[in-house]
Amino acid sequence: MFQDVDLSVFLDGIPHAVLLVDPALSVRAMNRQGEAMTGRSLKEVAGIGADFVIRSNLRPFSRFFKAVLEDRQTVSQEGNVLDRNRKIAPARFTISPVEGRDGDLLGAMVVVEDLSHTAYLEEERAHMGEFDAELSLNPKMREIAEKMPVFAATDASLLIEGETGTGKGSLAETVHKASKRAGYPYIKVNCAALPESLLESELFGHAPGAFAGAERVRQGMLRLADHGTIFFNEIGDMPLSMQAKLLSVLDDGEFSPLGSTRKVAVDVRIIAATSRDLKALVEEGLFREDLYYRLNVLRLRLPSLRERQEDIPLLIDHFIRHFSKGAATPQLDSEALGELKAYSFPGNVRELRNMLEHTLILSQGESITKEHLPEYLRSPESLRPHAGVAPGPGNAGGKALRWDDVEKEMIIDALREARGKKNEAAKKLGWARSTLYRKLRQHGI
Amino acid sequence: MKVLIAITRDEIAPRFDLAVEAIIAEVTDGSVPDEPRHLLLSEPSGDEFCTLAVRESVDVVLCGGIDEMHYDYLSWKKISVVDGVIGPYAEALELLANAKLKPDAILPGAANEEDGS
Repeated sequence: MFQDVDLSVFLDGIPHAVLLVDPALSVRAMNRQGEAMTGRSLKEVAGIGADFVIRSNLRPFSRFFKAVLEDRQTVSQEGNVLDRNRKIAPARFTISPVEGRDGDLLGAMVVVEDLSHTAYLEEERAHMGEFDAELSLNPKMREIAEKMPVFAATDASLLIEGETGTGKGSLAETVHKASKRAGYPYIKVNCAALPESLLESELFGHAPGAFAGAERVRQGMLRLADHGTIFFNEIGDMPLSMQAKLLSVLDDGEFSPLGSTRKVAVDVRIIAATSRDLKALVEEGLFREDLYYRLNVLRLRLPSLRERQEDIPLLIDHFIRHFSKGAATPQLDSEALGELKAYSFPGNVRELRNMLEHTLILSQGESITKEHLPEYLRSPESLRPHAGVAPGPGNAGGKALRWDDVEKEMIIDALREARGKKNEAAKKLGWARSTLYRKLRQHGI
Repeated sequence: MKVLIAITRDEIAPRFDLAVEAIIAEVTDGSVPDEPRHLLLSEPSGDEFCTLAVRESVDVVLCGGIDEMHYDYLSWKKISVVDGVIGPYAEALELLANAKLKPDAILPGAANEEDGS
């Protein structure tokens, strides 16, 4: 019945990277997910040793193959894989023998399941709590949590509105994880972080020679998200030319990579988020009205932290426990709690989390008092209702700073004092070197 | 130009952070005049290779896969990284000496080793 099935169609239907290797451990077939993970086409790597293509930490990888080929048993092992974007991702490797009809051993099938999604969600839950219904007594948050199964059950576009740091990204990922697309990729695109020229290539991919420096094929995020979900953060910052191209993807489910006339069909669910008023952008002619209505099939707004004051103690408790990492949990005294409750938190839950992480470092495990909190909290301006940006130190000219900005300044000052020596700067800040590296990436320094 | 290559046997190691062996070679005017120097670590360490590259004033690090942290560190130290290369290191060295090696290259002699790093 299936003897005429095209092998590539079969392999592409598996939601993980799959490679077929011969008994000499050379790659003989690879699906689309495998190409996305390795950044190589099958044509390039056919005949190359699987060790060099998969780049796993299971060393030597060939030892696992040998066990499979000799015992003809399936072996499953967790490890990690270095992908084309120089990211090390946790992965589960399942290697099974492949036999012909006559029982001859043809080789082995390697399935590489990317576990970074699961690990990310666990970490996100522990770290962020930005969107976590269990960490909320707020009726609006409870209502959103109740709607989650409905949002997850459909493929309709979803538009999430909310201020920065309210958890739009975590909510989008939670919807993806709860949907039938959960086993397929979840790709995040930050429209505000990439210049227009790069965004087009990142999103739609390009053919070799499409522009100067385009030496190899880039699949593009839309293609990588095939069968999964693509999340556009800050969609309001997407250039108009990109909006037109995205609209055609939404309408036709296909697009042409840069420098290619060949259409690529994709099946993706689109979730978009914005901290700007999209309707106003439409009126100003900065956002396409047709795209706005196309994205706005399902819509929800995440409340700011000011609108969920009742959650502040819960969130504080959660973050203190998390950042204490199993050590004795320091208590927050009532004065400090009062200051936090009075603060306007323009950076919302993310700002609260970052502030508590820093405060815990300063308090050195002792009880947290208001002296451990950032000074700008005690500025009278910080108590005013939110007007776009938070008050901060050194803002005599009226320009206010958020905690993120303050932290960025602290890092730059420390680096300046340490004359660029990161080890020294990390010591000055009281952080581990890895924390400094993470923060440097986070702040784009 | 001084080059460090993370290797496994005669091949470029698939992962810089998991390699235990490297060579350091000088390339001049399209040739590799001297026999490369072999280095062996007691355990895999990308950090150790980075320290070595800086200490030895290496100009180029040639490797298979390299993670973002080590790549950024080497770039920050103004060391060029040619990564994603698959194949025998001697062949890669020749191509590098003749300015013909590009990142992500799969060299004609890319062997099908039965045992990688």
